[in-house]
Amino acid sequence: GSGRITAEMIEHLERLALVDFGSREAVARLEKAIAFSNRLHAVHTDGVEPMESVLEDRCLYLRSDDVVEGNCAEELLQNSHRIVEEYFVAPPGNIPLPKLDEQEPVLHS
Amino acid sequence: SHSLREMVSAALKQGQITPTELCQKCLSLIKKTKYLNAYITVTEEVALKQAEESEKRYKNGQSLGVLDGIPIAIKDNFSTSGIETTCASNMLKGYVPPYNATVVQKLLDQGALLMGKTNLDEFAMGSGSTDSVFGPVKNPWSYSKQYRERRRQKPHGENEDSNWVITGGSSGGSAAAVSAFTCFAALGSDTGGSTRNPAALCGLVGVKPSYGLVSRHGLIPLVNSMDAPGILTRYVDDAAVVLGMLAGHDPKDSTTVQDPVKPFTLPSLTDVSKLCIGIPKKEYLVPELSSEVRSLWSKAADLFESEGAKVVEVSLPHISYSIVCYHVLCTSEVASNMARFDGLQYGHRCDIDVSTEAMYAATRREGFNEVVRGRILSGNFFLLKENYENYFIKAQKVRRLIANDFVNVFNSGVDVLLTPTTLSAAVPYLEFIKEDNRTRSAQDDIFTQAVNMAGLPAVNIPVALSNQGLPIGLQFIGRAFCDQQLLTIAKWFEKQVEFPVTQLQELMDDCSSVLENGKLASMSLKQ
Repeated sequence: GSGRITAEMIEHLERLALVDFGSREAVARLEKAIAFSNRLHAVHTDGVEPMESVLEDRCLYLRSDDVVEGNCAEELLQNSHRIVEEYFVAPPGNIPLPKLDEQEPVLHS
Repeated sequence: SHSLREMVSAALKQGQITPTELCQKCLSLIKKTKYLNAYITVTEEVALKQAEESEKRYKNGQSLGVLDGIPIAIKDNFSTSGIETTCASNMLKGYVPPYNATVVQKLLDQGALLMGKTNLDEFAMGSGSTDSVFGPVKNPWSYSKQYRERRRQKPHGENEDSNWVITGGSSGGSAAAVSAFTCFAALGSDTGGSTRNPAALCGLVGVKPSYGLVSRHGLIPLVNSMDAPGILTRYVDDAAVVLGMLAGHDPKDSTTVQDPVKPFTLPSLTDVSKLCIGIPKKEYLVPELSSEVRSLWSKAADLFESEGAKVVEVSLPHISYSIVCYHVLCTSEVASNMARFDGLQYGHRCDIDVSTEAMYAATRREGFNEVVRGRILSGNFFLLKENYENYFIKAQKVRRLIANDFVNVFNSGVDVLLTPTTLSAAVPYLEFIKEDNRTRSAQDDIFTQAVNMAGLPAVNIPVALSNQGLPIGLQFIGRAFCDQQLLTIAKWFEKQVEFPVTQLQELMDDCSSVLENGKLASMSLKQ
């Protein structure tokens, strides 16, 4: 592709990432990042297996699924801004972010 | 040698200086060099209490070893129990972890004194230590006699302070802390060069261990398939002491290998004639490489050759694609990793309460800087269903080709590779910020990130000062899990080049010069 990012793509990415671009420059930066990454396509990789980890050649240790420490709920809850008893409190769920045209204009004009 | 083991620890053992005195000298230097912005949090009370306990142990002849009573600093992306851990981000301001990272715990178990948590690029994303919510870190060499004297000859009458140079990054706070003598060793992290790059620009030894040798439990993750804890010290021997203590399997990190590791002391090589040093000249001799670095690199190769080592030119044919490959893998893993910051369980939370989604979005907008948000968005793009194969899987395939290039070179009989660490010495801050973070990282990680892609150990060794009076370093790259051999060769090289000590005003002003390694023993012996 031309490396141009459409308004639909911007909206899609913002929803997935849960961060917004915030400015035209940020979109331009993504376009530059994609153009930079397109250089990868010059490499011949036919028949090459993707590498996920450099430790792929050995067995890695998994500990047995036993509780070895715990009883620290109070400590962990202290780092949260909103709690009730032993619960983290979230605002109402199942409400999607406003659609593109319902939003206050940021850069989509 | 002026290493910890031989000088400082010996002085502590013989009672020429007490841990509390040593701790207070470092605390006083931290205060005097506050303008460097190396520390985000100074843990004065913790350090003094630890020093007191260490002192008791020495008095009873029960010292815990070489690191007992030795001041250290920790990059602020390692969790420290009861001590704020921010990642230099609004997102984690005020966050107090309930546990210690394994590497932190290991250092404390050895009796080391925690001086504080050091500054970094937000979430370790950067190569200058200029993108921190707490402001940029200044390179101590900016204020050294060596740099200032050379600046004075310059015709322009600029304001002295505007000339300060960056530390490199992202572990710039840790590098500045060691370089300014406020501690003897510091932990950094290294995903694409974040320990070796600031080590090169601050004139330090910077070690990135083999992937799987040192636990990452408690290191706030950036790129899980590449992250490694890093070690910054003034001498190779000191880095080896610390690495020996940290290495080994951790049940809390399944990516640490189970091979047993013994604390190691490095032998002093006298004969390098059986070594084979590989020089990837074709790929590393890029047009942007400064002539000074280029000439030091070639002199270093000549040095090995003149001492009888076999020096061969090698080829890493896919390495020129490494930085692009790194960019795709890094942003993709970042996008996934940063999903954990949602404002619910810990970290920043915005005031918006209309819906969970709106709260997430606003929290993340307020919590992350532009660089972090940019990488999250790029990563999400590469991970889209329609792009996954073309970018993410493609990059993983190229990663294998890069890793294989290294395997082939080492299989051909090469013991270590010798390359530059950075394109040039540190640049002034005002020049550095002219380019954006992504462009800068692509330039500055060019010689370092391939090592992370292949999981190899590597070390920066400071070599000489530039015409401007700033440090230049070179990188040695070893075979996977041959960290000890790598450091042994690096130690031989360190001895040959005799890199000069920073001459800092703060140290000359008072007797703090006892902290300059090498003077500690002699001065205290005279007292």
